Amino acid sequence: MTLFSRALLGATALTLVASPALAEKLTIATVNNGDMIRMQKLADDFTAKNPDIELEWLTMEENVLRQRVTTDIATKGGQFDVMTIGTYEVPIWGKQGWLVSLNDLPAEYDVDDILPAIRGGLTIDGELYAAPFYGESSMVMYRKDLMEKAGLEMPDAPTWEFIGKAARAMTDKDNEVYGVCLRGKAGWGENMAFLTATANSFGARWFDENWAPQFDSEAWKNALTFYLDLMEDAGPPGASSNGFNENLSLFQTGKCGMWIDATVAASFVTNPADSTVADQVGFALAPDNGLGKRGNWLWAWSLAIPAGTQKEEAAKKFIDWATSKEYLELVAEKEGWANVPPGTRTSLYENPEYQKVPFAKMTLDSINSADPTNPTVDPVPYVGVQFVAIPEFQGIATAVGQAFAAALAGNVTADEALANAQAITERTMKKSGYIK
Amino acid sequence: MARRVSNQRKFVVTLIAWAIGLTIFFPILWTILTSFKTEAEAIASPPSFLLFDWTLENYSEVNERSDYFLHFMNSVIISLGSTLLGLAIAIPAAWSMAFVPGKRTKDILMWMLSTKMLPPVGVLIPIYLLFRDFGLLDTRLGLVIVLTLINLPIIVWMLFTYFKEIPGEILEAARMDGATLWNEVVHVLTPMAVPGIASTLLLNVILAWNEAFWTLNLTAAKAAPLTAFIASYSSPEGLFYAKLSAASTLAIAPILILGWFSQKQLVRGLTFGAVK
Repeated sequence: MTLFSRALLGATALTLVASPALAEKLTIATVNNGDMIRMQKLADDFTAKNPDIELEWLTMEENVLRQRVTTDIATKGGQFDVMTIGTYEVPIWGKQGWLVSLNDLPAEYDVDDILPAIRGGLTIDGELYAAPFYGESSMVMYRKDLMEKAGLEMPDAPTWEFIGKAARAMTDKDNEVYGVCLRGKAGWGENMAFLTATANSFGARWFDENWAPQFDSEAWKNALTFYLDLMEDAGPPGASSNGFNENLSLFQTGKCGMWIDATVAASFVTNPADSTVADQVGFALAPDNGLGKRGNWLWAWSLAIPAGTQKEEAAKKFIDWATSKEYLELVAEKEGWANVPPGTRTSLYENPEYQKVPFAKMTLDSINSADPTNPTVDPVPYVGVQFVAIPEFQGIATAVGQAFAAALAGNVTADEALANAQAITERTMKKSGYIK
Repeated sequence: MARRVSNQRKFVVTLIAWAIGLTIFFPILWTILTSFKTEAEAIASPPSFLLFDWTLENYSEVNERSDYFLHFMNSVIISLGSTLLGLAIAIPAAWSMAFVPGKRTKDILMWMLSTKMLPPVGVLIPIYLLFRDFGLLDTRLGLVIVLTLINLPIIVWMLFTYFKEIPGEILEAARMDGATLWNEVVHVLTPMAVPGIASTLLLNVILAWNEAFWTLNLTAAKAAPLTAFIASYSSPEGLFYAKLSAASTLAIAPILILGWFSQKQLVRGLTFGAVK
């Protein structure tokens, strides 16, 4: 063998050894919840179909993820190729030109199959900026046995009046059973998600058409007073510290008669491995006050590509895979239909197998009854059901959430909390130039 | 003459010390116990202390989901690297301030400490932009630099306190014998200050190991240390306490072991100068 042949052979061998390193590496930032972790576990299916793409995961808690990806995208840090973001971020970031449009996903992706309410929240001026991985609304989860004991029957679409009556009737504080568990922990995505959606059903709104804050309205007073009275009479102690997980623990251990929260909780409370009341859970739509709006929200964790990534094509392939109909079937095959990411595709809810899942219909009905582009009884200049899609909202709503949590803890009255909320919101809106 | 202490008093003091110790240790103990429970048992009310079905399921899941060794190595490199680099800068600084103080030495010391009073988030964006431009995002080197800068005031302060205890006459004698500045610092001062340097090193390794703002914000998948590993198990929706406890136990185990074996130096470091 000549020196040249040896060199050629050596170079070929080196190329073969080095070839896996040439695979394109996608860094995916995602939130730590069951559906996302499942996606990570099933990602071998994607890499098997796309051997030229490697996946690198960064899983974070929701607030850490939000801070991390916001910093990165705002500074064009370029750390991530695919980001998991919520319905709040998509309209703001899309308008800023920070996200890559997904309008050119292949025809087989069937973008028209995405639930219209969810798709509407992710589309700006006709451009789809994120593909929904799972969608959720909120609904009433209740204990059938306690409802029966109280001599009541839960309608499919209850009113707030019924919820108040049922909660008080189900409460048995001596035995640590509380009629209703609601979010009280301060935060724009915590108590304010619940209270904003609830306020919508009482006819309240954050701003009028000219961006003037509305916490001094009668509707807000009615909504907050109702919530505080209900929690005083039928809520668990220390409710101002309770968020989703705290209420989930209370419900799963049999301490709540009703829980109004994210539809995604349905799979947790009906799972006999974790829930002591799994076989006693019923579902109903979020309550209303007869004003045409229900107190349910709309949210989707979605996958988006930051503008400026060098790996746009590979990132699109991944998003196509993770939010496709085939992925839903893959999850169903490996983990069962109850574990399929809910709330994204019409075809899923037409599937007879999925229709057998006890919470499927109520989840779909809840999602369909929320309209992010028309969230309130009176007209508003913003998009978003349980949030207002403006950059200032996170800061304002967290401060307002603290005022309302203080009222729930009994430190201030409802009137004081509302006056405080009005002052906080007015100050920020003036500073930001929305109002003079 | 030493004061005689009655047995009764000794017993009471010992009892109080144990009570305080156990109270401080209880959250760690509870974390360790929770890591062996199922998610349902982790939230059970009333909680069970020892009588539950012990399981290794959480450790198995954590091991399956995350690359513990990568995070562990990142933590080791970042905490040791930043501490050693900090010591290399702080020893000469503390020497000059302890043995050749100027008019403004006290002011400089206070100024250095005052940098610790700024909330880190206040400089997140400038640091992030610098890191982006120098290609330091998600690198161990970047974190070594930033953690060195953060802990430097504490290292200088601690070493300054130790060096002040060393009589300046010894260094003068070395100089009289013809020692150069380098020899004076390396061969005379440093050996005498070894216990102090060791305490400073240990304390700063712990501080760097536990740092959870910059390590979360400046890393992604490659340089993320154990703080990011723990944070990835906290969840806004769904039960996670048992898995989070398993991840936390794995993350704190190395530093607990280090602390156990070096408790003498740590206590000396923390109480140095307190009793004279």
